Amino acid sequence: MTPRKWDKVATVVLYMISIFIIFVLAFLLLYILITGLPHVSWHFITGKSSSFQAGGGIGVQLFNSIYLLVLAMIISVPLSLGAGIWLSEYAPKNWVTSLIRNAIEILSSLPSVVVGLFGFLVFSIQMNFGFSILSGALALTVFNLPLLTRKVEDSLQAIHYTQREAGYALGLSRWETVIHVVVPAALPGIITGMILGMGRIFGEAAALIYTAGQSSPPLDFSNWNPLYIASPLNPMRSAETLAVHIWKINSEGIIPDATQVSAASSAVLVLFVLLLNFLARYVGNRLYAHLTGVKERN
Amino acid sequence: MKTYDSNDRYIKELDDGKREIALSTDDIHVSYGIHEAIHGVSLAFERYKITALIGASGSGKSTYLRSLNRMNDNISGTKVTGKIMYRGIDVNGDDVDVYEMRKHIGMVFQQPNPFAKSIYDNITFALKRHGEKNKKVLDEIVETTLKQAGLWNQVKDDLHQSALALSGGQAQRLCIARAIAMKPDILLLDEPAAVLDPISTATLEETLMELKEHYTIIIVTHNMQQAGRISDYTAFFHLGDALEYDETRKIFTRPKIQATEDYVSGHFG
Repeated sequence: MTPRKWDKVATVVLYMISIFIIFVLAFLLLYILITGLPHVSWHFITGKSSSFQAGGGIGVQLFNSIYLLVLAMIISVPLSLGAGIWLSEYAPKNWVTSLIRNAIEILSSLPSVVVGLFGFLVFSIQMNFGFSILSGALALTVFNLPLLTRKVEDSLQAIHYTQREAGYALGLSRWETVIHVVVPAALPGIITGMILGMGRIFGEAAALIYTAGQSSPPLDFSNWNPLYIASPLNPMRSAETLAVHIWKINSEGIIPDATQVSAASSAVLVLFVLLLNFLARYVGNRLYAHLTGVKERN
Repeated sequence: MKTYDSNDRYIKELDDGKREIALSTDDIHVSYGIHEAIHGVSLAFERYKITALIGASGSGKSTYLRSLNRMNDNISGTKVTGKIMYRGIDVNGDDVDVYEMRKHIGMVFQQPNPFAKSIYDNITFALKRHGEKNKKVLDEIVETTLKQAGLWNQVKDDLHQSALALSGGQAQRLCIARAIAMKPDILLLDEPAAVLDPISTATLEETLMELKEHYTIIIVTHNMQQAGRISDYTAFFHLGDALEYDETRKIFTRPKIQATEDYVSGHFG
């Protein structure tokens, strides 16, 4: 065969592989949406879930997922920013730093069920937080922090060294240069990473089963005082999230419409994660365009 | 490559009381780890003149320039010894406020490096950090520095557009405007025209000739014609030593050192 022919063969093979992957993804997505969406209604999204009868909703679970997401991000965003900035801008090049980098690498590949059991032992048992939103948020932080830190560090590293020199040459300190020059320039990448991390957290079940728990107490949606026991915002209450709900009705659900509820919940979950992904792209592109004056980026 | 005797030197002594000296160095050594890149360079720079530092790649001219405002401090493992005298102070001393010093000794780099901010913010950002809050004053500085840098007419209607949309030549002139907005005494330029096209380079050179009235300029350049066109003094660097330092016209017509002659006539190496 001539090199020309080899190139043709390779092109065809690569095309086929790509088409296959797209096909699998599209099939999964369409399957989930087609089986789930017909059962999604306003009543389903906002209604209470039922334990024995058909017709239950996912209102509380959806609320729990969002609340946990917000709490987990409140904890992990500042931490990952601090760690990422330190690693990228301040850390000396020695074995301690590379040990930390390796630890982050390993942590980010930890199976989420292991993170969940770790959270159960440390937050629920050792620290006595029990099955609670707080335990769940902390477990999600452990789960998410390594990836966010990595993303922050990578985004900062992508900013050329000459930007820092420009700051120094104007008599700015390293801190001023980092905060006012490097971080703003890296912001599109950082924000994109954060939103993608949110998508990961939102769909996470295994890390939450033993930390946030598999049920929610009766909630009083008229009282938003976080210290009140039945308040939806009480961080010390247990909380079943949407992803955990899907896992639970599939493994031990005894409601007659378990299949439909599970399918519809999956559809809502997938839509939410998709939404976050599109949001990440949109915000990232907008910020990039805003910063660089480039009108469009594909 | 021909070897030259590095003891064969001619360094013009400018600090003779007849001229005003803006900056002078005494026995500057720069080393990265165990490797010494600059082996003791002592030069004096006259005020309101352009001094060109020329030499082949690796001759140490950029390293020397970067040590003048202590940009080498940021590279770990780098050590700079010797005195850098500015207004009677050794700015290479440990107790010097480096940030304050860099306001007086500004720098423009080889790669245009505007911030990912608007043109206006590029110029005013550092001023604001250093405490200038008055909008009127800031507006005025933006206009005068952009005019001095020869960029005003092209960008006066787009001051709040992103600086990253500028062309290379425009971006470099913005970097000059940004540097002179700090009202420095001395402007260090590290091959500022290296990535520019000939037309942008010509504009840049005109700009530098005008800036000379208010600033002492030290410029590293690979471009021999450029050094000849714009500089008053020229220092020739070779393998970490300044071998010859003299008035530019003498360097280019009657150099005293064989290495310099070979370099400026293109018979080097």
